[in-house]
Amino acid sequence: MTSLTAAPPVQAAPAGARIDRDSVRAFVDTHIMPVADAYDRRGAVPEEIQERIGEAGLWAPFYPAALGGQDLDLVTLGQVHEEVGRGCSSVRSLLTVHTMLSWALLRWGSPAQIEQWAPSLATGAVRGAFCLSEPAGGGSDTAGIRTTAVQEAGGWRLNGRKKWITGGQRADLFLVFARTETSVIALLVPRRSPGVRVIPLEDVLGTRASLIAELEFDDVRLGPDALLGPSSFASGMVLSGTLDLGRFSVASGSVGIVQGCLEASAFYTAQRTVGGSKLRELQLIRAKLTDMVTDVRAARLLCHQAGLLKDAGDPATIMATWVAKYFASTAAARHSTEAVQIHGANGMSADFPVARLYRDAKVMEIIEGSNEIQRITIADEAYREWAL
Amino acid sequence: MSEYTTAQTQILSFIEARFPQASIETGQDIFSLGYINSLFAMELVMFIEKTFGLTIPNDELRIDNFRTVEAMADLVARRSVPVSVD
Ligand SMILES: Cc1cc2nc3c(=O)[nH]c(=O)nc-3n(C[C@H](O)[C@H](O)[C@H](O)COP(=O)(O)OP(=O)(O)OC[C@H]3O[C@@H](n4cnc5c(N)ncnc54)[C@H](O)[C@@H]3O)c2cc1C
Repeated sequence: MTSLTAAPPVQAAPAGARIDRDSVRAFVDTHIMPVADAYDRRGAVPEEIQERIGEAGLWAPFYPAALGGQDLDLVTLGQVHEEVGRGCSSVRSLLTVHTMLSWALLRWGSPAQIEQWAPSLATGAVRGAFCLSEPAGGGSDTAGIRTTAVQEAGGWRLNGRKKWITGGQRADLFLVFARTETSVIALLVPRRSPGVRVIPLEDVLGTRASLIAELEFDDVRLGPDALLGPSSFASGMVLSGTLDLGRFSVASGSVGIVQGCLEASAFYTAQRTVGGSKLRELQLIRAKLTDMVTDVRAARLLCHQAGLLKDAGDPATIMATWVAKYFASTAAARHSTEAVQIHGANGMSADFPVARLYRDAKVMEIIEGSNEIQRITIADEAYREWAL
Repeated sequence: MSEYTTAQTQILSFIEARFPQASIETGQDIFSLGYINSLFAMELVMFIEKTFGLTIPNDELRIDNFRTVEAMADLVARRSVPVSVD
């Protein structure tokens, strides 16, 4: 586990090196931390950083070596997304949606689909995005999606709109959920397909640089090979399974936000003098840091447990992931508020990272299952288990 | 107890543990109980894959293979590759 007091390493791991928490921490400290606030203000993660992520092998390290990955286990993947989230939630969001598409392809794709897309997804030559939400639904209300896929001779015809698509401005391949007469299916939609229109969404409160877009699908013709996974009763599993992994990534990224708040607050309060005392000497300030330390460790352990269960293929991972995401995202919102408070007026300034952490943390309570939906799901589980 | 019966017992125990209020027979249509959502369907597939050490391909993810405990045990028997002894 990362020491709270360790000095940040200055050297990033060379390309091709084994990915682990420490190598990614070094990568983030070298390539992301110094520029995150600047590109957050501009509203776009620079292409150069996205390319560096590819060079570091971070787009899909859980892929087998034969497909260009490192066979990375999901516990370590969670640590990678935590470290990236500590540096910048916009970058972590891009990783999350790319991970969701890449994982869904590996889990549900046909051999031909995997051969076509996986190697480029591993390097990041092709970037993925996840498209469920719509202007009028599809967020909490996944049953309410209106985008339609009609099967016709030679494949599928797609019509509809998707909104809030992270990475949508840049992605090359979209995982689009659409309604058929009988179920909701997943389709792989290349950006260059005729009839796809990408409209950038700007000035979002949090994860401002995550290249969010609205997408329009106007009579998009797709081949039969666009269908990912089953179209039958099990098609819902593609959605549930992909959201589960996204939730795990967001939970891990939220741990990173709390860690970022802790590091920024410890640094600031050790420098800042108020009324002749360093802030760090004031009991009320110390109490806030204590709560950050406690919660970041608890949240990290919950993510670790969810990751272990994923690696074991244990269905208990689904509820463990809900709990981890609920705890970690609410902790991120709580502690980013306190981190801004600790910084006083400086906390409102774009010169200090806590303002960005605060805005980004709010997003974590909304995406991949909002807090309300998490509470409903976790309570359902509680009643199922204990109200015999 | 045959492998087939053991598989039935394990699958039944998993479903009963998730829905303690339900009383389920091995030949009963679990979808008719009204409990099954896509989350549980995913848990069920993960449970079968982990417990019996197999991967269920897309073309076997048909509703009829999961309708009853018996159908799921049939699926397990079909997908389990016997170890050849030379
Ligand atoms: C920065 C950002 C990035 C995003 N990226 C993506 C992406 O890449 N792909 C994608 O598909 N979507 C994306 N989304 C959309 C996101 O998944 C949805 O915003 C989220 O699921 C919530 O849905 P909604 O916005 O439609 O809210 P609604 O469903 O309209 O809900 C509004 C409010 O009502 C609450 N609510 C809903 N149902 C209930 C209930 N039964 N009981 C009590 N309260 C309830 C919700 O919790 C919420 O607080 C993104 C959103 C943001 C903000």
